[in-house]
Amino acid sequence: MSQGRPQPVPQQPDLLTVDSLRVSFGRAIDEKPVVRSISFSLRPGRCLAIVGESGSGKSVTARALIGLAGRYANVHARQLSFDGTNLMGLSDRAWRGIRGNEIGFVLQDALVSLDPLRRIGKEIGEGLLLHGAVSSREELAQRVIALLKLVGVPDPETKAKQLPHQLSGGQRQRALIASALALDPRILIADEPTTALDVTAQAHVLSLLEETKTRGKALILISHDLAVVSRVADEILVMREGEVVERGNAGQILKDPEHPYTKQLLDAVPSGRPRGSRLSPSTIVRSPARQTQPEVQSPPKSRPILLEATSLVKRFKGPDGTLRTAVDGVSFELRSGETLGIVGESGSGKSTMARMVLALEEPDEGAVQFAGRPWTALAERERRARRRSLSMIYQDPLGSFDPRWTVGRIISDSLSSDVEIRRKRQERVIELIDLVGLSQALLDRRPLELSGGQRQRVAIARAIAPNPAVIVCDEPVSALDVSIQAQVLDLLGDLKEHVGVSYLFISHDLSVVRQISDRVIVMRRGRIVDSGATEEIFRNPESEYTKSLIAAMPRLVRDHQIGHSATILEEGIA
Amino acid sequence: MSMFAEATESRSLKEVLAIVRHVPFRVAACLMIIGLFALAAVAPKVLQTHDPLAIDLRSSLQSPSIAHWLGTDQLGRDLYSRVVEGAGQSLAIGLGATALSMSIAIVFGVAAALSGGVCDSILSRIVDVLFAIPTLLLALVFVTVFGPSVLTEVIAVGIGTAPGYARMIRGQVLAIKETGYVEAAKVLGHPFPRIVWRHILPNAMNPLTAMMTIGVGQAIIWASGLAFLGLGVAPPAPEWGALLNAGRNYVIYAWWLEIIPGLAVTAFALSLTIIGRHLQDRLEGKT
Amino acid sequence: MMGSDAVKIVAHHPIVWFTRRIFSGVVVVWAAATFAFLIQCVLPGDRAQIIINATSGNVGLASSAELAAINAKYGFDQPLAIQYGKYILRILHGDLGESYQQHRPVAGIIAEQIGPTIILAVTALLLAWIIAILTTLFIAGRDNMWAKLLNDTQVFFATAPPYWLATILLVVFAVKLRIFPVIGGSSPAGLILPTLALALELSGFFGQVVQNEFTRVLEQPFVASARARGMSDFGVRLRHVLRHAALPGITLSGWALGKLLSGAILIEVVFARQGLGGVLVAATSSRDVPIVSGAVLISAGLFVLVSLIVDLTYRLVDPRIKLT
Repeated sequence: MSQGRPQPVPQQPDLLTVDSLRVSFGRAIDEKPVVRSISFSLRPGRCLAIVGESGSGKSVTARALIGLAGRYANVHARQLSFDGTNLMGLSDRAWRGIRGNEIGFVLQDALVSLDPLRRIGKEIGEGLLLHGAVSSREELAQRVIALLKLVGVPDPETKAKQLPHQLSGGQRQRALIASALALDPRILIADEPTTALDVTAQAHVLSLLEETKTRGKALILISHDLAVVSRVADEILVMREGEVVERGNAGQILKDPEHPYTKQLLDAVPSGRPRGSRLSPSTIVRSPARQTQPEVQSPPKSRPILLEATSLVKRFKGPDGTLRTAVDGVSFELRSGETLGIVGESGSGKSTMARMVLALEEPDEGAVQFAGRPWTALAERERRARRRSLSMIYQDPLGSFDPRWTVGRIISDSLSSDVEIRRKRQERVIELIDLVGLSQALLDRRPLELSGGQRQRVAIARAIAPNPAVIVCDEPVSALDVSIQAQVLDLLGDLKEHVGVSYLFISHDLSVVRQISDRVIVMRRGRIVDSGATEEIFRNPESEYTKSLIAAMPRLVRDHQIGHSATILEEGIA
Repeated sequence: MSMFAEATESRSLKEVLAIVRHVPFRVAACLMIIGLFALAAVAPKVLQTHDPLAIDLRSSLQSPSIAHWLGTDQLGRDLYSRVVEGAGQSLAIGLGATALSMSIAIVFGVAAALSGGVCDSILSRIVDVLFAIPTLLLALVFVTVFGPSVLTEVIAVGIGTAPGYARMIRGQVLAIKETGYVEAAKVLGHPFPRIVWRHILPNAMNPLTAMMTIGVGQAIIWASGLAFLGLGVAPPAPEWGALLNAGRNYVIYAWWLEIIPGLAVTAFALSLTIIGRHLQDRLEGKT
Repeated sequence: MMGSDAVKIVAHHPIVWFTRRIFSGVVVVWAAATFAFLIQCVLPGDRAQIIINATSGNVGLASSAELAAINAKYGFDQPLAIQYGKYILRILHGDLGESYQQHRPVAGIIAEQIGPTIILAVTALLLAWIIAILTTLFIAGRDNMWAKLLNDTQVFFATAPPYWLATILLVVFAVKLRIFPVIGGSSPAGLILPTLALALELSGFFGQVVQNEFTRVLEQPFVASARARGMSDFGVRLRHVLRHAALPGITLSGWALGKLLSGAILIEVVFARQGLGGVLVAATSSRDVPIVSGAVLISAGLFVLVSLIVDLTYRLVDPRIKLT
């Protein structure tokens, strides 16, 4: 770019030039612009990251670049050219020659981006066959194996014969990248390539993308996650609602963002800030402080134990009739006024454990005690009266609301039945909706009419309505955009002090858990591998596994050195 | 009930109005057809041009003309007036059979899904076995046992179509039992009957309205099929199926005797199907 | 680890799966037999009287001596449990009882007539599949006039009564145009119209189901992946989407059997074709219960068989499914 900074790569002609790209949907009357005006150019060996939250138009932009914006999309641009070829108004046949061959495309979540009914090898080889790049069956098989080796999938001969669901998430994503790299395209576009992955797999895929870049490919990386992008990108383009709000070289943007939205996004990344600090700029409307204020000052050990799990074991029968141990002898305690974070990758048994704590799942061995009395050992009938003291916040709030009910009815339904007088109930509902920072006008809406952030706030209001002692949060922010995620985390933090509640906070996201928890448990394959005070765990983890998790954590690389990104050592910026 | 429950109701009234305002043309047309049939059922005299039972042998087997819009039958009776006359009985049979099959299906489906375990297995097996028998054959069984009559026709079609609906309802309730909002209600400590009453049943019944709309049309088709085979209502009554059965012998010389009553059945069932599917789409779009 | 692996292998073994399926199939047939037995018992009125009426063709009261003779002959004077036991035993020997009217074994009567019905049903099933797949390949997810027209036609065929469609075909092609014989018998030319009438209805159902799924799958990310590799629209439809879209259709084929048999009964009557239809209608109007209950048993058996074939086919198309 023309910013006068040192160029690591000798000046090369642009491979892809985009000038004033505009994408809209629908006919002229009800036309909805999705991408308003975006311009950039890309040279070999460089990586451009397009960053934005949902609805920013980043994915549509990516798809427009390979002519797949969709049937109802209107794509306009002053210039859209690849290596001197004008891409505007290209025939379908000509586009097909470019797709896969010159520009490779990787979608997010390989479980659904690879045909679930076709074998991995067939999917990877499809591009080769389509573009006539192989002459024999043997050559095809060899090329497929070579590609799988290139992306670092272990045991490629076996994997090529397997179906997507038989591979792990990381392997699948790498296989998908292999299928995009099959014809050695000059540009690789990756749309959220790491989103659905566990941290370790995420780190592998990022290294693979970096490697691709160093092999001289031009890379366009689409992501909502600045931490992911910060490691690979040379240039960053920040989008919001179809507009580019900021663009420039990566180091500059990460270190010294100009636009307030970029700042907001950077602040919202939990790993970029000291623990416990506020992540969102918005102030929360609070009603005057009420009732139980916890003695925040008292040392943790002296506070009463609320939840105590002893050697919980849970086994499930798999679809093939075999027993799988999901939780294998887990014990922990949650004290009053404390937030206990539970971290683990998918399949670590953390959600099963949450369900046992809530007595939605019967433990096979061990028991949970709640407030010093038996809990899981009771019959449901005896438990029912005490259930109000133990609330839950789900990852998918929408699914946890009856679609026919209004927000007001949902919250009102969770008030304890002794607030019988109608007017009082009403007052309490309004108080609650204020407390979570929502407008009263939303009370008459249905869940479907709310945004993701609003839904999670309603879920929080419902969870605190019965004045619970403990709230179990199962991945409460992982479905949300970063800035919304930040607001919800701040809200949870505020409520903890305000209402006097304890959290059992479950997440796969280490930075989120670090932000909110007082103590942390790290789970792997149903067992606890590490536990202790949050700072302790993150500073000197005991187990190798925790070390590797922390090492793989994507974090903002703010001191970005152009051209050396591949060799940047990942040291946390605490 | 709190104020929010009322808000819900007033809102649904608003929603109903919104739905009415956005009815596509084809659905409006179908509603008009159904309206006409309903009128024919309630007050056939308004629409008739002739006495449906008046025999006039001089004008037997006439093809459609100005005098007889849809032709005449072998006894010179006006076919148009007979089709109008038959609407009442046909609609009654369709509605009765649907009501019966839905009641059976709801009882079996909901009971099986809610009880779970052995009880569910037994109920589902019974439904499975009945499902393994073709609908028409199952209906024939009931006609064999009870002899042909209007009541038998209703029972035969009602029971014949019930297993399919029972399976659907069971699946529906099972799916809702697994939803997050049922779990959320359980976490709140609400007793199970309350959860069933407030969440499971209302949500399971939602798609039933569409299913039932389509079901009435299907019931009339089955009933007319039985009658077509000569196993339904006795011939003098101008019920559509009976007309079809009577016309069977003349189809080579007088096609209208067979095609026209069949067209009435088809128009009715098709209109209901289109309306039902429209309802389905709206529900799916909403929830 | 070894133990659980062994369990896994056993549970996955095709023979284990197959045995289990056969067993549950036998249970369904047994239940159907019980149902068939119950039908014969709940017949209102005196069974002996009905048999006498069916045999003689007269309606009138028989003397008590005549009734006693019939009761003794059919074993109606024995306790129900013994009758039931004997009934099941006879079924095991392939004896479905004797027609009240024709005085011939039911098994023989059904065996004579079932051939043409099955030929009709199977050809109609195949034709319905071909029509459904072809229309779906071309219209699903497209937004032009032809797609709309074909879609509406599918809804029409799925809804219109099959006997009515059959009558129209008969009037147009056999009576007016004289292309096909009016009364077909079992010649190949006579098979065309009945098959078409039966297949059109089913193709409407299949078409709608497959098309719904097709449209849904077209929006899936893996389809976008295939396009991004440079695959053409038709290639994507044929190689990726069709297989997915066919799955719910295949599942429906078991249910389609019931639909086909129901339709076949009606259509055989329209075309005066040889087959189960005529026999069943005659048996129903003369209340010849053994034939009707025999047909119930046979169709339940067919259903079990077809469900097994459907499951096997499903597993061929969807390699994710392990035999469980």
